[in-house]
Amino acid sequence: MKNLLTIKNLHASINGKEILKGIDLEVNKGEIHAIMGPNGSGKSTLASVLVGHPAFEVMQGEVLYKGKDLLELSAEERSWEGLFLSFQYPVEIPGVSMVNFMRTAINEQRKYKGLEPVSATDFLKLMREKRAIVELDSKLANRAVNEGFSGGEKKRNEIFQMAMLEPSLAILDETDSGLDIDALRIVAKGVNALRTSENACLVITHYQRLLDYIKPDKVHVLHNGKIVKSGGAELAHELEEKGYDWLK
Amino acid sequence: MDDSNKILDQVTTGEYKYGFSTDVETEYFPKGVNEDIVKAISAKKNEPEWMLEFRLKAFRYWQTLEMPQWAHLKMPEIDFQDIIYYAAPKKKGGLKSLDEVDPELLATFAKLGIPLHEQKIFSGIAVDAVIDSVSIKTTFKESLAEKGIIFCSFSEAVEHHPDLIKKYMGSVVPYKDNFYAALNSAVFSDGSFVYIPKGVRCPMELSTYFRINAINTGQFERTLIVADDDSYVSYLEGCTAPMRDENQLHAAIVEIVAMDRAEVKYSTVQNWYPGNKQGKGGVYNFVTKRGICKGESSKISWTQVETGSAITWKYPSCILKGDNSVGEFYSVAVTNNHQQADTGTKMIHIGKNTKSRIVSKGISAGLSHNSYRGLVRVMKGAEGARNHSQCDSLLLGDRCGAHTFPYMDIHNETAVVEHEATTSKISEDQVFYCNQRGISPEDAVGLIVNGYAKEVLNKLPMEFAVEAQKLLQISLEGSVG
Amino acid sequence: MQQYIDFFLTYQEAISKPCAAALNAPRQLAFEVFKEIGFPKFNSEEYQHTDISSLLESDLGLNINNLKIPINPYEVFKCDVPNLSTNLYFMVNERFYAQEEVKLSLPQGVFSGSLNTFAEQYPSIFSKYYGQLAKSDKDGLVAFNTLFAQDGYVLYVPKNVVVEQAIQLVNVLRGDTDTLANRRLLIIIEEGAQAKLLACDHTFDEKPKFVASQVCEIFVAKNALFDYYELEESSENTVRLSSTFVKQEASSNVVCNTITLLNGVTRNNYHISLDGEHAETHLYGMAIADKKQKVDNHTNIAHNVPNCLSNELFKYVLDDQAVGAFSGRILVAIDAQKTLAYQNNRNLCASRECRMFAKPQLEIYADDVKCSHGLTTGQLDETALFYMRSRGISEEEARMLLKFAFTHDVIEGIRLEALRDRLKLLVEKRFRGELMKCAGCCSNDK
Repeated sequence: MKNLLTIKNLHASINGKEILKGIDLEVNKGEIHAIMGPNGSGKSTLASVLVGHPAFEVMQGEVLYKGKDLLELSAEERSWEGLFLSFQYPVEIPGVSMVNFMRTAINEQRKYKGLEPVSATDFLKLMREKRAIVELDSKLANRAVNEGFSGGEKKRNEIFQMAMLEPSLAILDETDSGLDIDALRIVAKGVNALRTSENACLVITHYQRLLDYIKPDKVHVLHNGKIVKSGGAELAHELEEKGYDWLK
Repeated sequence: MDDSNKILDQVTTGEYKYGFSTDVETEYFPKGVNEDIVKAISAKKNEPEWMLEFRLKAFRYWQTLEMPQWAHLKMPEIDFQDIIYYAAPKKKGGLKSLDEVDPELLATFAKLGIPLHEQKIFSGIAVDAVIDSVSIKTTFKESLAEKGIIFCSFSEAVEHHPDLIKKYMGSVVPYKDNFYAALNSAVFSDGSFVYIPKGVRCPMELSTYFRINAINTGQFERTLIVADDDSYVSYLEGCTAPMRDENQLHAAIVEIVAMDRAEVKYSTVQNWYPGNKQGKGGVYNFVTKRGICKGESSKISWTQVETGSAITWKYPSCILKGDNSVGEFYSVAVTNNHQQADTGTKMIHIGKNTKSRIVSKGISAGLSHNSYRGLVRVMKGAEGARNHSQCDSLLLGDRCGAHTFPYMDIHNETAVVEHEATTSKISEDQVFYCNQRGISPEDAVGLIVNGYAKEVLNKLPMEFAVEAQKLLQISLEGSVG
Repeated sequence: MQQYIDFFLTYQEAISKPCAAALNAPRQLAFEVFKEIGFPKFNSEEYQHTDISSLLESDLGLNINNLKIPINPYEVFKCDVPNLSTNLYFMVNERFYAQEEVKLSLPQGVFSGSLNTFAEQYPSIFSKYYGQLAKSDKDGLVAFNTLFAQDGYVLYVPKNVVVEQAIQLVNVLRGDTDTLANRRLLIIIEEGAQAKLLACDHTFDEKPKFVASQVCEIFVAKNALFDYYELEESSENTVRLSSTFVKQEASSNVVCNTITLLNGVTRNNYHISLDGEHAETHLYGMAIADKKQKVDNHTNIAHNVPNCLSNELFKYVLDDQAVGAFSGRILVAIDAQKTLAYQNNRNLCASRECRMFAKPQLEIYADDVKCSHGLTTGQLDETALFYMRSRGISEEEARMLLKFAFTHDVIEGIRLEALRDRLKLLVEKRFRGELMKCAGCCSNDK
């Protein structure tokens, strides 16, 4: 089966305010989709709804993921099923070490898949391997989750977690925001390294520049809660030149 | 968050797993306390005259006192005549080897995970096991004795080391200190005694394990630790009790004396039976713990993880008398259901350049109340005294209370004293972040709570830290915010 | 205490006779309670450091027959706060000083004047508020005050009336013998109304001992705004025992700022009750004390409903043998979610002999709240001192500057610019030891 995600007429709201007003989207394995659009168009809401953030309410529509009704699953079940969100603003969890956090996450996933917990040595080896992908300092891995991390470190840490959890569908929510060019390159390198024909990626961004590093197969423009235009990679360049106004 | 509430419920429904009682033949004194009972306890233990006199003085003083009411606790009047003041498993006295211990008792301690068979111990902890009113067995006594370390039951110490007991007993917590200290001084039955000679680092963790087994019985033990010049000891205390519908009273005294450059670490994992979900039963834990840094550059460090007891009333304190001495207090107190805790510390700075540090982490869930109460006093001569206190409260649920009552009394202009307190709940963002990574809400709360308490848990010896982490999770089972 | 019971029994009629019926009404209950509970007990949890009984023990004269005190404050106090045009009123001891030629520039319907007169003229409004916050049956000091209250001050601002100009009330203590001035304040700010009140305490005579007993009740209705500034510049022989009760309704906003610049023994109680959602309260305090002065502030802020904000800051600068005490309690009631409550107490001790007691308390029964308190007692920052000295500032001057900087944020909490400026000057003078008495207000040295 090629299809990974199908969104049909998705409407969602927060605090009674409708943000998504009928989204249709189809993502196949091996594809990279970019979702672009001006601030407030609903990009981050789409990401949040897909991973089951409790603040959002789905009013209408359906989402099929690996043939399952995604909206029926809890946030952690979605994660176990291979859905991953790189948060725009990763939260700090004081006192909880990255090691402990990641080990719990990995083992929960393994339990779901009916596997034994990973041994301490294997786990540390895995950590080392994956850390290298995003050039994450080993010191960071010993610190508490995101606590005292710089903006760039937080984003690299997100991609590191992505590498650890090996998702089928990764959603990168404004992963490029607040990154300098070097950090951006490292993050993009990480994402590309993790790419296979079996997984897919949804890149949410405001700007074209991340897409210079992560080449999308499809680009969608989100405006006022709807996808108003879809196209190939060239659409991103067009947006870069003309801005979003001509689409309204 | 409906989900969170559900989890909160689940987390708070954790059962108390040490609630079994042991069926051993027990000898009881009649209920109530009077001079005859005090004399009988003393006689039972073959105590010398001076010990009886101490008890009687304390008893007479206690009779003039009233139960203190200042703590932030709702407490029924306790009928002190309705308590049994002495209970002991029969067949006691002059145990030569472990074989003479009632197998039921051995089984009890095995069930609790307390090693009494020395050969079976890998962890390298010497244990003094106290059940109800008497010390059952002290392990590793001989190997410690080679280094000159005395580790024995209090009764034995009265018999074999009367000079040390006479010199130090009541020197840190005088019987006139407070209501419960006076009562303990009159009726205490047993406990542990530790003496570390000059220049000796105690090679293993010393530990006392307390267990209330008999019904309607109060437990009144005393611990006295004396660390001579340049010595070091780490001491652990653990406690459990069976589930009973009646409230049980535990009123202990711990005294620590640290001489020049000596260091004493005292760690407690308190897990007395907290009562059932309706608040019935449970242990009243009214304990006076105090250490004195008598010598220069000495250090006393209290670490406590308090998850049990229906009511906890305790303030492990440090008197910083020696110049450059250091006092520390690290505490995690968890209350759930109807539990109440009023706990904290006192740091009394007397010597020059004395330093104290207080880290208190309160976690309240259910209908419980959790108060931090602490005093920092800097006396006139305490040049350059420094204190830093950090008191955080975490609320899980909207029917519990978290309170902070710091007291500061500064009488020296070179002192710097700082106190900070915050109150928070677990943020939904944190829980969701964990969920997104595949960690269930229960585990997420467990992780976050442990992270919150980490600064204190890190201070515990390894074996205890693991136990304490599990305990935190169990105590809070069902309580997410 | 017995002497006051006997005094009341003997002079009951004389006390009541000149007073309005509404003012006399609660006296009997107050008497019963006072007989029963007396003054707050020394060493009790709330009065650990101030012994009320002993402060009131000596033989103090109570001017129940309203004998004229020879002073015309309007002549003595020529200047108030420069650049601050205020409506100026005086109280001499416990009585409102009525002066006919005072030009009233207050809006229609506002009452600013004698408590007894107000009670006579508007008995129904008076009774609706008087004694409703300051309950005799719970508080011995309130019972005592109610028992002997004959006059005081009332500020009444009706619905939606905005009093632009600040009102200044100068409390003057004057007498040749030891005197007890027992005054009562009642402040009613109705819905949508606004006012600012500055109350200054001055002691005119240095020698005799004065005890000022004050109870102040402040009602701030929905959407109303009230600023209350208290400035004490009395004398070393003055005892001030003050209890202020504030009740705030929805979306009201109150600033309360108490500054003790010069005093003998002071005990201030503040009880603030946030009873309507989105109410906001800012409670600031500052005390500068040396010699044998004593300042004891006790605050109690109750968040009874959700969505309120309280912000509390108290600072003390102590020298010589001065004693400072601060106890502050913040209560967040069950279900008072989304409460924001911040409390801070910062103290500087400048001598070996001074002593600071601090006791901030949080009592929290709701989980979705942001509450914190901070407490520090210490000395001036040595690095800053050195830095300043290395730039050529003398140590003494550097210390002064740092002390002054220390008090900065309390003064910044004042929403009257002219008063703020005035206070900066007074505080600086105080630190330089130039502030003797009433320097702020007395134009002619007596």
